[in-house]
Amino acid sequence: MAATRAAIGLWRRLLTLLGSLLGGLLVVPSARAVDLPEDKGEALIHSYSGGGVKANGPAFLVRKSILDKVSLTGTYYLDAVSNASIDVVTTASPYKETRHEFGLSADYVYRDAQMTFGVMTSHEPDYVANTGSFDVTQEVFGGMTTIAFGFTRASDTVKKHNEPDFHDTADHWQYRLGATQILTPRWLVSANFEALADEGYLASPYRVARVFGAAVPERTPRTRSGRAVKLRLVGDLGNRDAMHLEYRYFRDTWDIKAHTAEIGYSRYFGENWLADSFFRYYSQTHALFYSDNATSETTYISRNRQLSTFNDMGLGGRLSYTVRRVPGRYDVKLNGSYEYTRFKFKDFTDLRNGELYGYASSVIQVYLSATY
Amino acid sequence: MSGHRTLAAAAALLGAALLGGCAMPTIPSVQPWVKPYERERLADPIMKLSRDALPDKHFEHVRDVREGARGATGFQGGGCGCN
Repeated sequence: MAATRAAIGLWRRLLTLLGSLLGGLLVVPSARAVDLPEDKGEALIHSYSGGGVKANGPAFLVRKSILDKVSLTGTYYLDAVSNASIDVVTTASPYKETRHEFGLSADYVYRDAQMTFGVMTSHEPDYVANTGSFDVTQEVFGGMTTIAFGFTRASDTVKKHNEPDFHDTADHWQYRLGATQILTPRWLVSANFEALADEGYLASPYRVARVFGAAVPERTPRTRSGRAVKLRLVGDLGNRDAMHLEYRYFRDTWDIKAHTAEIGYSRYFGENWLADSFFRYYSQTHALFYSDNATSETTYISRNRQLSTFNDMGLGGRLSYTVRRVPGRYDVKLNGSYEYTRFKFKDFTDLRNGELYGYASSVIQVYLSATY
Repeated sequence: MSGHRTLAAAAALLGAALLGGCAMPTIPSVQPWVKPYERERLADPIMKLSRDALPDKHFEHVRDVREGARGATGFQGGGCGCN
């Protein structure tokens, strides 16, 4: 009996010490409980245009809570793609295809934790992707710190038009960890880390590489793993306006190193208008086996411009108008977004004129969002 | 070698303190310094990472299929390879 009491005492002291070492993070009691995401509906018309590719379509989301413990979300997303990109016009024929994506997720809250289970399936005529994910967020330190971690597993089937015998697969794993910290009554900072691993057919059955000026099927490694870390700072500027700063570093085993930086500013105008603006810069170095026109035979070779050295700069904005609001009951907003992005490639040439390639793209979104 | 000795000494001190129940030097415990009633501005939609899931997912998708980097966006991952 005495031995049991001594063991319990020792265990308590160990827990107390651990708690102190963690700066009190885990031992500050909290009577709060996190809320389920609010019931919501979104209806979106989206459009992308750039580099000879057009993709547009509708998307819908509906979220409804059940018994105040579980919230179910259903999504549908359609991409009608018309592709006449530089790869296609220089080595193949333009084509059109449609992608349908269905998603279902459930959020469950228990005290200061929220768990989200999600499944998603995406279908194109030559590509099927099935995804499952699990995420947890936990508030600690009196609600001042939110810790998040999650896992995604995806399995894809790759096919090829007009070649029924072509069949391959690709598997993906993503592990993420993040924390958001309240710094002051006006400032928040967050850090996110994600490890990604891919295995299988990671190329395109249509794209070709160039070796000594001749077109050859691209040969891409069947494994890839990457790490990404992102820092974000958000601040209320005190005049019904706010700003954010973001930076992300990415690196993978194909030797791609990428930097992403974003700065944004948001402001309310009157009772019903909210405007957001942002500037985003992205740059990356090329993969080890990327070449615009290889001058030696190598095991792997690709001319995928997504793996080349390039940068892009985007300027965008969003305008939200509250159509109707009844506090505590419902809220309906009409929103419009636009982003203009300029891509500049450093080692990918346009085969039609031999010059370095570049293009501009536009994203337009018009959507209705309602909480109820 | 001296590093190992220091580590062993620290572990022995920690073990002795725990087993003996003697008072450890107090590590100052940090208390939440922004009270719940001071968090009104932080709860405003203008401070959210993502206000609307669909349009943000669309932007994410557009970038994922055109850039080499992925991940750590704070959003749940998706699985569309989109070749």
